[in-house]
Amino acid sequence: MQTLSRILTLFRKDWMLEMRQQYAFYRVLLYVASTIFVLYLAMGETNYETWNALFWVTQLFVCINAVAKSFLQESRGRMLYFFTISHPVEFVMAKILYNMLLMTIMNTVNLLLYLAFMGDPTSNLLQFIGISYLGGLGLSLVFTMLAAIASKAMQQASLMAILGFPIIIPQLLLLVRLSKVAFAETFREGVVSQVVLLLVALDLGIVVLSVILFPFLWKD
Amino acid sequence: MNRQWWKILCVILLVYTVVLGLLGPVPALRQLQETIRNLYFHVCMWFGMMILFTISVIQSIKYLRSLDLNHDIRAKEYASTGILLGLLGYVTGAIWASYTWADPNNPAYASFGSIVREPKLIGAAMALLIYFAYFVLRSSITDIDKKARVSAVYNIFAYAMLFPSIWIIPRLLPSLHPGREGNPALNFNDIDARMRMVFYPAVIGWTLLGVWITSLKIRLSLLKEKKWLNA
Repeated sequence: MQTLSRILTLFRKDWMLEMRQQYAFYRVLLYVASTIFVLYLAMGETNYETWNALFWVTQLFVCINAVAKSFLQESRGRMLYFFTISHPVEFVMAKILYNMLLMTIMNTVNLLLYLAFMGDPTSNLLQFIGISYLGGLGLSLVFTMLAAIASKAMQQASLMAILGFPIIIPQLLLLVRLSKVAFAETFREGVVSQVVLLLVALDLGIVVLSVILFPFLWKD
Repeated sequence: MNRQWWKILCVILLVYTVVLGLLGPVPALRQLQETIRNLYFHVCMWFGMMILFTISVIQSIKYLRSLDLNHDIRAKEYASTGILLGLLGYVTGAIWASYTWADPNNPAYASFGSIVREPKLIGAAMALLIYFAYFVLRSSITDIDKKARVSAVYNIFAYAMLFPSIWIIPRLLPSLHPGREGNPALNFNDIDARMRMVFYPAVIGWTLLGVWITSLKIRLSLLKEKKWLNA
């Protein structure tokens, strides 16, 4: 019970910081908006395959930008302070929850801008929205852990891309493939629910791994 | 002498592999013909690579449990030998592909283009990229203990994420590479009984060679480390 309340406190602290500074939100908003402006001016409305691929690539970069900050913003002194008042598992769970919330918001912004500028090529929009949230959460989980690793090294921001891209490709490919179901592509019976289950299992695995591995990153 | 028996075994198995691999009977398949002998070299490299990467992860887990730097050096050296075997797997694969996939009627760059677009090759490249990133991460941290701890965490995390990519991508995308429905050569039905007699010893032999190379490198870096610590 105490653990839960500590997680919530840490989570609230991240959220309040964000509400006061509004740093991540506007930064990513600008980032997404300018990307989509360029895409729109460069090619206007496109066929659904390009739309889908571009959407997921934008999603990936938005996630890196939004999530990277979560560990990089913590200075050495502040980490030391957290070290004395909380347990690593609580800390990482709070970060995971916060990044999931952040990514959900960014996902919404990304989706709205895509629909506004690049048109709506989906045949089942609700399905696509569901898949995009599932994918966004998965991406945020992976990059939370990678941000924690990268924050221990020099040149953190670029390192995160190097560490993250090879790891995230399979998941991203799976998502690109899965979201084609929302463009009325036919799949074999049961494949869709299998892939969704696989992604959910992968996400749970990442959470478990983060909880196990983060305490080792924690002590300096 | 007692502890060296596996090195003798390794030499015997590799001599056996090369001799029987080049002279032994193979089924005459229409497309592959004699190039099928490359199975004893090309596929074994990837098997060896995965086995060495697995040993590297086990060493990383051991490091996190004991915080003994010896395990960290082992993890590093096993990963680098694994990368070496992976690169050799690419070289042997390229030789094989130039006889089976490359079309002599097309210009060379067209064949090259279709070969680099091959999903299985991209999958293998990703596995290697993960381990390149592991070495980039190592070199970007100066403190020895911190380097060991952070890279061990990344090694375990990346290995856990690598497996989905090996199991999923081949089944997701169309590919010329054999083994679409599973992992090539692991399945008992898709490899000739005569070839199995050479293939399994070959896997063991090449893996032992990888372990041998690594053990020498570990001894070397232990010596270096000692010199550095005493200086």
